[in-house]
Amino acid sequence: MLKRWRERTTPTDIVMWFIGAGILTLVIWGSAATLTEGRYTSHHWFDFIIFGLAQGSIYALIAMGYTMVYGILRMINFAHSEVFMSGPYTAYYVAAAFYSSGFLDSQPIISLIIIFIVSMATSTLIALLLERIAYRPLRTAPRLVPLITAIGASFFLQYTFRGLYGSGFQAYPVVKILEGEWMFGEFRILKFQALVIVAAALLMAALYSFIQRSRIGKAIRAVSEDKEISSLMGINIDRMIVTTFVIGGMSAGAAGVLYAVMFKQVHFFMGFIPGIKAFTAAVLGGIGNIPGAMLGGIFLGLVESVGPSLFLDGLGIVAPYQLKDAIAFIMLVLILIFRPSGILGERLAVKKA
Amino acid sequence: MTQGKFIWQQGIKIGLIGGIVEVLLALVGMIEAFSQRDIVSHIISMGHTLLLLVILFMAYLAAKRTPRTEPLWVLINSFISGLIVGGVLALLVIVGGLINLRKVFINASPLLYQLLTFDQGVKAGIPLLLGGGGLSGLLAGLLYLASKLLRRVLIISLGSVVGVGVLQDLLRPTFALWGPLAVINEWLFTANGLTFHGTMGLFVLIALLSYFWAQKGNAIRADLKRLSPTSQRALRITSFLLLIMILLALPQIFGLFLSEVFTIVGLYVLLGLGLNIVVGFAGLLDLGYVAFFAIGAYTVAVLTSPELGFFSLSFWGALPFAIFMGVLSGVLLGIPVLKMRGDYLAIATLGFGEIIRILVLSDFLRPWLGGAQGIGKIPKASLGSIEFATPQQIYYLILAGCLLVGFISLRLRDSRLGRAWMAVREDEDVAQAMGINLVSTKLLAFATGAAFSALSGAIFASKLGSVYPHSFNVMISINILCLIIVGGMGSIPGVLVGAIALVGLPELLREFAEYRLLVYGAALVAMMLLRPAGLWPEALRRRELHGGESAETESPSGFEPSK
Repeated sequence: MLKRWRERTTPTDIVMWFIGAGILTLVIWGSAATLTEGRYTSHHWFDFIIFGLAQGSIYALIAMGYTMVYGILRMINFAHSEVFMSGPYTAYYVAAAFYSSGFLDSQPIISLIIIFIVSMATSTLIALLLERIAYRPLRTAPRLVPLITAIGASFFLQYTFRGLYGSGFQAYPVVKILEGEWMFGEFRILKFQALVIVAAALLMAALYSFIQRSRIGKAIRAVSEDKEISSLMGINIDRMIVTTFVIGGMSAGAAGVLYAVMFKQVHFFMGFIPGIKAFTAAVLGGIGNIPGAMLGGIFLGLVESVGPSLFLDGLGIVAPYQLKDAIAFIMLVLILIFRPSGILGERLAVKKA
Repeated sequence: MTQGKFIWQQGIKIGLIGGIVEVLLALVGMIEAFSQRDIVSHIISMGHTLLLLVILFMAYLAAKRTPRTEPLWVLINSFISGLIVGGVLALLVIVGGLINLRKVFINASPLLYQLLTFDQGVKAGIPLLLGGGGLSGLLAGLLYLASKLLRRVLIISLGSVVGVGVLQDLLRPTFALWGPLAVINEWLFTANGLTFHGTMGLFVLIALLSYFWAQKGNAIRADLKRLSPTSQRALRITSFLLLIMILLALPQIFGLFLSEVFTIVGLYVLLGLGLNIVVGFAGLLDLGYVAFFAIGAYTVAVLTSPELGFFSLSFWGALPFAIFMGVLSGVLLGIPVLKMRGDYLAIATLGFGEIIRILVLSDFLRPWLGGAQGIGKIPKASLGSIEFATPQQIYYLILAGCLLVGFISLRLRDSRLGRAWMAVREDEDVAQAMGINLVSTKLLAFATGAAFSALSGAIFASKLGSVYPHSFNVMISINILCLIIVGGMGSIPGVLVGAIALVGLPELLREFAEYRLLVYGAALVAMMLLRPAGLWPEALRRRELHGGESAETESPSGFEPSK
């Protein structure tokens, strides 16, 4: 038994186990130290968790686009972060116009709906253009080619939007009804965080039932199972791919407005970091797996918001919040190393990668 | 190629695409930024040249999509597409006159409309745009119908004139340094743009030269081939020595400013050669490559800078450590990602690069790495009594590095290891089945690439005298990736071509700086769609692809996102 185990294990595996065990020890040690010191009250933790949920549901919405495109085309749509950025950045001009005319304050709900529609439409348009111009001609190309194209498209879009709208931060107008907070006994929830969580949850539920129940959703799932056979079954593959990009664009556009409501600013570079994190979320849940992407996004948001104070603080690290992004990236690398199939995923990475 | 129901559909479709491209160029602000420089003094500015080149390219494309057997339709189609491009621009001018687009598009300024209407006002400008568009379209159609020789001569000489005009700021001071050549300045250049007679003279000169080469070029090449092997060898050695001498003399020929540009290009060549091994030879897409550059630079900084006061080695004392750290981190990154392929590897390495940057930037590591303020007072490298301080001196340091690394890459490419890398690139499973040890092969690729990058980082640190975390962002990785892809993956001369085209040219064109990444992105997409092998493909790939002379789609400006 032991002999067989020794034969199967390579030195690299041992190195990896050591890395994994080391990180696990650090996390446990740090959390224990923080919790025993009692530096944070339960109010703090509640705030962290709500913030993490809100941020995580935004990641989850963006991750849908990554995971669906990966499922159907087996490629990382690196430019999806720009699909996410383009929507709220364009809708900003609508929001600003509403704000200056007073419409935003007199009819906040209608204006929010219009802002959502504009943002989702723009993101969808960009996603469609990407698919048509950059990806469709390369469907049969070697694997690296579409990825490099996607990276190129990502930077092209970023700097096109910078050229069109300028390079500064634009402050999103404040929606008055979303200011303030609700108290639940001793715990408070900021209203805009509640909106983000509820809206994201509704959208995800709608998307999930669409993918699971509707004819088109079934067809999309069939295409991601096997392109050839589904085309023999009479499914129009091109149309399904386009539909996937539309769904991805719409959810990214919606996520963009939620992001803008939460952080109150837009910028041409705003897509990069959330994009990579959403990708992490998609990988976390098992890429190609839709409920996995949702769970992965929420989990990542929580870890990112709770993590710095939970285990980094306990390790005595100065200014742990600066390392928030590093946590996400380290998680990404760790998952890719130890469990590339994700929490819920099939073993795609090994089988088809 | 889909043939539409009507033969003129292609003209309309391509014209509309061209129009959208032009409007985008205008709204992004490129036209306006480029208009400050004249190609031909007081006659045509760089912005207008860009507009014109897009129209010509689109109309040429429209002509190409029409059956050659119907010359009339070719002309009509190219005319229509040119007319439509002009029309879309005219539409932008009209809409801009009615609504204030500037509230949303910051570049839709009155100046832009003036430029688009050639300062003639809206009423006169619109017919001018339409007429100009149609006429240029027609010209492109005629060019397409002309004989191959004439087409080549015209394209080359037009391209050279535009090139000389664009690079005037580089050429003028260079000529001025050399007494007799200053005469050329008088004749060719004004303060802004070429002179009219100079342009004409240059055009005719280049046209004659390219005509001569087209006629006699093959004969000369054949003559060279017929020489005896010994004299061919002698010729090769002489040309090689000549090349080395030119390289040595470069900073003396061109002044201080250009030497600075050369040093930047040289650093990118070093980086590119390293990434070329990882991506080009071994096919491992590494997006966190900048991390090794940072590691090399920070190792030198920590070991030499008196600011931190841990060590005070000289540059040469720190260099081996920097390279060692590079190799070490290359292996350390390599081990965990060994099993990943393709896009997973790309994302994992991207994450790794960001982790390094965030760690360096954090307050947590500040006592050791300087945090956001970076590390200063890094001593310059010196050799005996010579100190590598000015760009002209650092140039030699970098040149030595480039030659060394270039030589190593060249030898590695033809070695057993190089072949193993390429086998892994082509098919990992088959390579493994053939007895290649994937672990050591991949780790060696990561380690070699990282060593080159760390060397580049070390020189970079001593060149700047200080290091900041912000110098090592993901854009650098993208730049390097871009240059090896544009040059041709796996091709060593391609790295040089790519570095000159993507790093050297933007440094020379100040107006360009803001649109650098925009054009890089477009170039990546366009290269992948049109010429995946790169500008200077590796010899083997070229042989593979040489089956039929593939239709050369020369993009005049490289700004077209795609078709």
